[in-house]
Amino acid sequence: MNILVCLKQVPDTESQIKIAPDGKAIVTDNIKWVMNPYDECAVEEALRIKEKFGGEVTIIGVGPKRVTEAIRTALAMGADKGILVDDPALTGTDSLGTARVLAAVIKDLEYDMILCGKQGVDDDSAVVGSNLAELLGIPQVSVVVKLEISEDGSVVKAHKEVEGGAFVIEAALPALITAQKGLNEPRYASLPGIMKAKKKPLDVKTIADLGVDAGEVGESGAKIKVIQITPPEERAAGKMVEGETPQEKADKLASLLHEEAKII
Amino acid sequence: MAQGIWIVAEQREGELRKVSFELVSEARRLADAMGQPVAAILLGSNIKEKAAELGKYGADKVIVADDDRLTTYTTDAYVSVIAQLAQAQEPAIILLGASVQGKDLSGRLAARLGVGVAQDCVALSIEDGNLVAKRPIYAGKAYATVTYTDSVPQIATARPNVFELNEPDESRSVEVIDAEFSLDDSQLKTKVAEVIEEAGGKVDLTEAERIVSGGRGMKGPEEFAILEELADLIAATVGASRSVVDAGWRPHADQVGQTGKVVSPNLYIACGISGAIQHLAGMSTSKLIVAINKDPEAPIFQKADYGVVGDLFEVVPALTEALKKVL
Ligand SMILES: Cc1cc2nc3c(=O)[nH]c(=O)nc-3n(C[C@H](O)[C@H](O)[C@H](O)COP(=O)(O)OP(=O)(O)OC[C@H]3O[C@@H](n4cnc5c(N)ncnc54)[C@H](O)[C@@H]3O)c2cc1C
Ligand SMILES: Nc1ncnc2c1ncn2[C@@H]1O[C@H](COP(=O)(O)O)[C@@H](O)[C@H]1O
Repeated sequence: MNILVCLKQVPDTESQIKIAPDGKAIVTDNIKWVMNPYDECAVEEALRIKEKFGGEVTIIGVGPKRVTEAIRTALAMGADKGILVDDPALTGTDSLGTARVLAAVIKDLEYDMILCGKQGVDDDSAVVGSNLAELLGIPQVSVVVKLEISEDGSVVKAHKEVEGGAFVIEAALPALITAQKGLNEPRYASLPGIMKAKKKPLDVKTIADLGVDAGEVGESGAKIKVIQITPPEERAAGKMVEGETPQEKADKLASLLHEEAKII
Repeated sequence: MAQGIWIVAEQREGELRKVSFELVSEARRLADAMGQPVAAILLGSNIKEKAAELGKYGADKVIVADDDRLTTYTTDAYVSVIAQLAQAQEPAIILLGASVQGKDLSGRLAARLGVGVAQDCVALSIEDGNLVAKRPIYAGKAYATVTYTDSVPQIATARPNVFELNEPDESRSVEVIDAEFSLDDSQLKTKVAEVIEEAGGKVDLTEAERIVSGGRGMKGPEEFAILEELADLIAATVGASRSVVDAGWRPHADQVGQTGKVVSPNLYIACGISGAIQHLAGMSTSKLIVAINKDPEAPIFQKADYGVVGDLFEVVPALTEALKKVL
């Protein structure tokens, strides 16, 4: 079974976010770039399917050269090969543009399943997966916490997390799945894995190689335009509830909630 | 010319979800600013009688797509129907809930219509006839204000519990229309094999108006009983930090934070939670935050409206008792 994993590199979740002087982007110096946490689950799931059914796991990333590191990490975890689409024309590409580039890579590949993360923890969009599934005309199941594949490898049964429960969705393969945390516990890259990854193929392509028109990507092709990035509003300073005993504090908190905040 | 604001109502098991009314309420405010009508799109089976409820919150028109194959949400069927309606009638704006369903549907619908989508918005406005959306990025460490180019319709999803509900107006009349659409079974490539409802039927964290959350300070799974007791009293849902989930004390569905659920309740009570950046990311849009922690230096206090420094095993039961008296 051949599996494609779309992989995004994002700032580590510990990162402080600073807004650039033009108010339209964030400052990227001093940022530690990592594999998107949900994509780690996607890579792990792909490897488990490969271990059971055989086949190949291909990692696809769209972004600047530094994304190679995240792809190498996935290769070190056990994926077979990587493809990076790096092109200056891609600066400012939005979700639909990214999906178009991914679709252009994928049209030349043979696959049974595509795995994405539930969302990128940078722009928190959760759009690229479903955009891509639509462009490819394949079924999608998003926010998946459990995945079962029929013995003959033709049908996937995916448990999709919904508010207050789960839907079990059946889809014929090929299908696109987006991974939610809890799907699995991603493995760490082992030292031999890291050594081996250095020799695994990692192709770098431009949009011209893929036949993508520059007008469809980058800022000019973006359907969503950022007007401004702002810091979160400061919350008004809070109140510490004083009291001699826990009992006194609890009583005071209860009356604050009831009388001051009028919330209970 | 594209005209009007549509909202996609959301139902489960034939009951409208609260986010549907929040969407209608917000659409009404935007539409009034534009001098345009609001239509709600309602998909399901035998669902028509629910249309009036949407009218009370401000929908002028409800377009009902009734079909057995629309009983439970599937991406294929819902996108197909909504895309057909949108192509035929050209609304200017489509709003959906930033729920699991709305997020799944919006991306696929946007790609089918070749337009952009702004996901998980917390504020919406109209400028020069265009939708302007404000949405948290980097888990709420920043906010992006975005608009659209070359997109008809302009699609956005609204974070549940953020947009204010209109006062329902019982006297408002609403026009109910049967949607014209065709659904071809060959397009339906996914099927819902089973719907699993969690035991207890508690309000989901993302929709809860009150949340009582426990962290590693809870010491163990049994100790959550004191949080359950407080939660039962004030009709809250119990949440947890990732440490608690990783330790196996609570299921993953209970996790609040950057890699768990993003919540916006009216009241969030954090007990024995330190306030790591990834946890704050999931709850910082809560309207009122209470922190109970024995460490006065815990970062959670910087976000708290009311902070109590103390042992939660003493404070929480005492709070439950105190609230029983005022309720
Ligand atoms: C990629 C990534 C994603 C993450 N995503 C999430 C996420 O979605 N959600 C999340 O929550 N975390 C997330 N984390 C983890 C996060 O960094 C913290 O480790 C976690 O939130 C800490 O949980 P905690 O506050 O329960 O535990 P701790 O940090 O150990 O805090 C326990 C607190 O309990 C207090 N305490 C102890 N005993 C008592 C007592 N008797 N009475 C009162 N107070 C007491 C202590 O003073 C302390 O402040 C993520 C981390 C990473 C790297
Ligand atoms: N630039 C990219 N390159 C490869 N995959 C991506 C890229 N952007 C998004 N994805 C995939 O789409 C998922 C959702 O991302 P997003 O829609 O940006 O929140 C990610 O978890 C990845 O699997």
